[in-house]
Amino acid sequence: MKHLIAEFELLKTRLPAGVESSLVLPCLRRIQEERGYVADSDIDGLVDYLGVPRIQIEEVLSFYTQLRRKPIGRWHLQVCHNVSCSMRGAEPILDHLARKLGVAPGQTTPDGRFTLSTVECLGSCGTAPVVVVNDTYHENMSIDQLDALIEGIA
Amino acid sequence: MSGTKLLMTFPVTATSHTLADYRARGGYGALKKALTQMKPEEVTHEVTAAAVRGHGGAAFPAGRKWAVVKLNDGQPHYLCCNADEGEPGTFKDRWILEHAPHLLLESMLIASYAIGVRHSFVYIRGEFDLPYRRLAAAVEEAYQAGYFGERILGTDFACDVAIFRGAGSYVCGEASALITSIEGKKGYPRNRPPRTTVRGLYQRPTVVNNVETLANVAEIIARGAEAYKQVGTPKSPGTQLVSISGHINRPGVYEIEYGYPLDRFLHEDCGGVLGGRALKAVIPGGISTKVLTGAEAESLTYDHAAFEKAGSSLGSGGMIVIAEGTCMVRLLQVMLRFYHHESCGQCTPCRDGMGWLHRIIDRIVAGQGEPADIERMYAISRANDGTTICGMGDAAGYATVAILDKFRDEFDYCIAHKRSRLDGRLEVHDHA
Repeated sequence: MKHLIAEFELLKTRLPAGVESSLVLPCLRRIQEERGYVADSDIDGLVDYLGVPRIQIEEVLSFYTQLRRKPIGRWHLQVCHNVSCSMRGAEPILDHLARKLGVAPGQTTPDGRFTLSTVECLGSCGTAPVVVVNDTYHENMSIDQLDALIEGIA
Repeated sequence: MSGTKLLMTFPVTATSHTLADYRARGGYGALKKALTQMKPEEVTHEVTAAAVRGHGGAAFPAGRKWAVVKLNDGQPHYLCCNADEGEPGTFKDRWILEHAPHLLLESMLIASYAIGVRHSFVYIRGEFDLPYRRLAAAVEEAYQAGYFGERILGTDFACDVAIFRGAGSYVCGEASALITSIEGKKGYPRNRPPRTTVRGLYQRPTVVNNVETLANVAEIIARGAEAYKQVGTPKSPGTQLVSISGHINRPGVYEIEYGYPLDRFLHEDCGGVLGGRALKAVIPGGISTKVLTGAEAESLTYDHAAFEKAGSSLGSGGMIVIAEGTCMVRLLQVMLRFYHHESCGQCTPCRDGMGWLHRIIDRIVAGQGEPADIERMYAISRANDGTTICGMGDAAGYATVAILDKFRDEFDYCIAHKRSRLDGRLEVHDHA
């Protein structure tokens, strides 16, 4: 993470002075964006850089669902299965993906290409069902569209 | 159309979110008026007089929150814009972030001026991608144009803004949890008192306002409170952005003037229930608000007083339409799975209670429920009332009780016959 420090210093310019602790979440997000997960060495680096207790970083990592301690697949397929998406077809979509990829939600395909996850409301209720692939929302999804999307990236 | 508009006043185009377009619509004029013609306390007075209520869910008057912060008390104050929109069924703040980010930033500057804020924050949920990119681009445009930083519009007013991205936590949409999260910790809500306006971010007075609440500020200052109050009803001035989803023909974000008839909104503006079905129920403002039956909902006008009288609330404006034929047992199962997943674990009644409720509803759906399970669900829900630090525990309980009260027969049937009377259906098809 050391090479990201210059970037982290820039973040500080719009924050009040002396609030290093506030950088924990932005730094972890940025590290994960690059590495795909947060490694032990990243935690060591952040403890040194920010001077916050190690337990604080560990707590943050276990509390927020988007943060990961382990790598996942190249393509992260996240199916919202909250109320509005379930009312507009999320459940058949999830079943279809699980069958097609041969994995249950929370698992990664053996070739490391796809990770399937269920997620809670993403604010795409009016364009439900939604499947997020890595960071991108794919809204009003049908099974056919989803198949085409997966063929496109497979 | 659903009455006078205050926010959705322009056609959405490929550039309508940019600074150039916003300025062409008169953007940042209210900021200039506030900074050059008004004292900070006059701005707060105007917002208080406009009686704008919080649009995040709790409907607390925004001006009264601001007035708690004492100017010149010798300590820093902070403003946090709550863009952690995560209440299931709610996607209206996303509209502002994507299409009117400068309206939000201008309003935040006016609010910062009013309450003596040097550093402000937007806490945006971690999953939001386009809304984040639009907002981040708007912040850079605003800095370059001199709306943030030192000596804004040539005055002594200085203000910075930092965008803070969440990382997947429903409870961080609760004001004190949001503050804890900005401090770089796990998002545990805090006990009140002290209120966040007394001791919030970094132990300093902090105002946390929802995106839509703040977005109204520029309009209040531009028009003046008296003109603003001409819109809506005497007790609910203004408008609300309603995000409507579920079994409705035209889902989306609509701006409703308070006092507008709900049946007209549902059946005319939104094109009626999917597949021409009867309206079974409406969840009015995110799943944490109490469900209304179709008949109850159709008789209401859209304003705080009418919904409170009906035993519910406008909540976050996230309306979910439920058609006849939908299984309420399965619907409650989805809701309770969510609450169980999102309980932060700090308070025992919520941490354990959500798990118990989730397990009980799972076994009812699986045909293994016992008659006593209904009373158990009531008891667990009620045990949450007022016993948790934040409102999530109470709200989950209220929402559960409302569904059990109004659709009890479906639960009794499912337990007695070991299957859903409606085949566990959540989807309704157009051609049905």
